[in-house]
Amino acid sequence: MNYLEFEKPLAEIEGKAEELRAMGRANPGMDVEKEAAGLDKKASDMIVSLYGSLTAWQKCQVARHPERPHCKEYIETLFSEYTPLAGDRSFADDHSVMGGLARFDGQAVMVIGHEKGHDTKSRIERNFGMARPEGYRKAIRLMDLADRFGIPVITLIDTPGAYPGKGAEERGQSEAIARTTEKCLSIKVPLVSVIIGEGGSGGAVAFATANRVAMLEHSIYSVISPEGCASILWKDAEKMREAAEALRLTAQNLYDLGVIDKIINEPVGGAHRDRAATTEAVRNAINAMLGEMAGKKGSDLRDARRKKFLGMGSKGLAA
Amino acid sequence: MNWISNYVRPRINSIFSRREVPENLWTKCDECGTMLFHRELSDNLHVCTNCGHHMAITPRERFKALFDGGVFVEVKVPEPIADPLQFRDQKKYVDRLKEARKTVGEKEAMLVAEGEVGRTPMVVAAQDFGFMAGSMGMYVGNAIIAAAERAVALKRPLALFSAAGGARMQEGILSLMQMPRTTVAVQMLKEAGLPYIVVLTHPTTGGVTASYAMLGDVQIAEPNALICFAGPRVIEQTIREKLPEGFQRAEYLLDHGMLDRVTPRGKIKDELVTIVRMLMRQTPAVKGDLPPPAPKAAEAVAPAEKPAGKAAAPAAKK
Ligand SMILES: [Zn+2]
Repeated sequence: MNYLEFEKPLAEIEGKAEELRAMGRANPGMDVEKEAAGLDKKASDMIVSLYGSLTAWQKCQVARHPERPHCKEYIETLFSEYTPLAGDRSFADDHSVMGGLARFDGQAVMVIGHEKGHDTKSRIERNFGMARPEGYRKAIRLMDLADRFGIPVITLIDTPGAYPGKGAEERGQSEAIARTTEKCLSIKVPLVSVIIGEGGSGGAVAFATANRVAMLEHSIYSVISPEGCASILWKDAEKMREAAEALRLTAQNLYDLGVIDKIINEPVGGAHRDRAATTEAVRNAINAMLGEMAGKKGSDLRDARRKKFLGMGSKGLAA
Repeated sequence: MNWISNYVRPRINSIFSRREVPENLWTKCDECGTMLFHRELSDNLHVCTNCGHHMAITPRERFKALFDGGVFVEVKVPEPIADPLQFRDQKKYVDRLKEARKTVGEKEAMLVAEGEVGRTPMVVAAQDFGFMAGSMGMYVGNAIIAAAERAVALKRPLALFSAAGGARMQEGILSLMQMPRTTVAVQMLKEAGLPYIVVLTHPTTGGVTASYAMLGDVQIAEPNALICFAGPRVIEQTIREKLPEGFQRAEYLLDHGMLDRVTPRGKIKDELVTIVRMLMRQTPAVKGDLPPPAPKAAEAVAPAEKPAGKAAAPAAKK
């Protein structure tokens, strides 16, 4: 288990329990179980209390947890017949964006998402989930395809942001992002999004301009990273805790602001502590969101999407 | 960590101080160092008479030079909720806003107006880099939507001058939401068959570039304008190599196929009129310094304009 900074006390207790049991195994005469069980209880109480009151900055850490389930895992678990479709037809295939045809609950869908990778090799291959223009243009192509055949689009968002690189800029990162958002606002099929980890700025909204947007309980969605915001507004990157708080980037804040439609509860201790329960909760949320759009006319879905985003911001956090 | 901060901090101070220069003083060109008489500089649309360097120009000054006879009517922008996140960094957002209003003398970072440009009725929006780095929040979004709606109602083209350090961080996620919001505004114009011309000015970065500023039917930029998604410093920190000369400048983007044209400020008016009149299938333009349109009865929603472009005559303003 990879412990986060704020989980240190938890790591200590769990470590002690483990040590105790190891001691018990080495000395069969010693009865450690009672004491170890006590520590287990203490640890599980602590998880409940820690995760019941996470600060915004702690949520950022959970959202970026290296063991948090990523896009690939959701695709493998929730979809069948996943058939990746590659390339933007003009330059390359961007491996930080996964996408293709698949079946969700038997129904054909187009699934598109950012993939961060889970070890050094895959993280580099996936560019840590930071898409280049080719990734966005692939997404546009897939949304177009889905649109022509009347297939719903499901997007899974998990990116620190679009890649800030030389080639990415030269090949029109801004234009690619702008066109992706534009495509989201044009297609006449259901479009649902789930923010499964980090919703990083323009790179995220380009995939999340959807009829319904759900967020996992400890995911974040923001215009800028707390570190970036702190270094600009506080002129001190170490003020990320304050910045995270001020940015209102938690699922709970965003729900209150009317920016997202649904919060998906995570298991106690975060998505990475019970992957099966997490993916199942995401399945149910997607099912419900698609259900809400069943039988609606394509042009109505598109118009409703536009109207929804035009109306954003009519609700502040007042009082 | 890897997120992009598109905020051009060092420039802001220089612009604030420049604005405070009294009429009779000299301004030093930050490119060639020439001392320029303030009056001479404003007559030349804030372009250095020695080296051609394009300095910041306020939306109001731009409109005065752009609209025939300097006459335009402001388009009303709906007021958004003030300080939706109750944001506070080292200062309260409401205080920063108040300060910007006082220093700049404008309400917010975008001005929208309608009038005639080269006898061609147009709606024009311009972003004000001097106002909190031109950053895009709810008000800027509302301004673009109001501009698009007005253009559609009047069946006129929309020209938009962009200038921004990116998103208004103090409005957090709602600032990000201006990317889809303004995209819907652009779609309104497209679906009404009206031209949407973007003129990118220095600097246009971040979420602004990644939404309405890159969705024009025709994309023009002022010379040497910085136009990017991620700023050069962020990129250098990420890739740890020196960027090539002219990287992310207007001419560089033109070379890489990201723009239609790079046009000096003094020629933009004629170019806008030429392009728009062809797209609107109107007769060739009358060019040069035109007097204000003849005053007419208060304009209601104008009919589809006539080729002569004399239909709507806005009341004189300022
Ligand atoms: Zn000069």
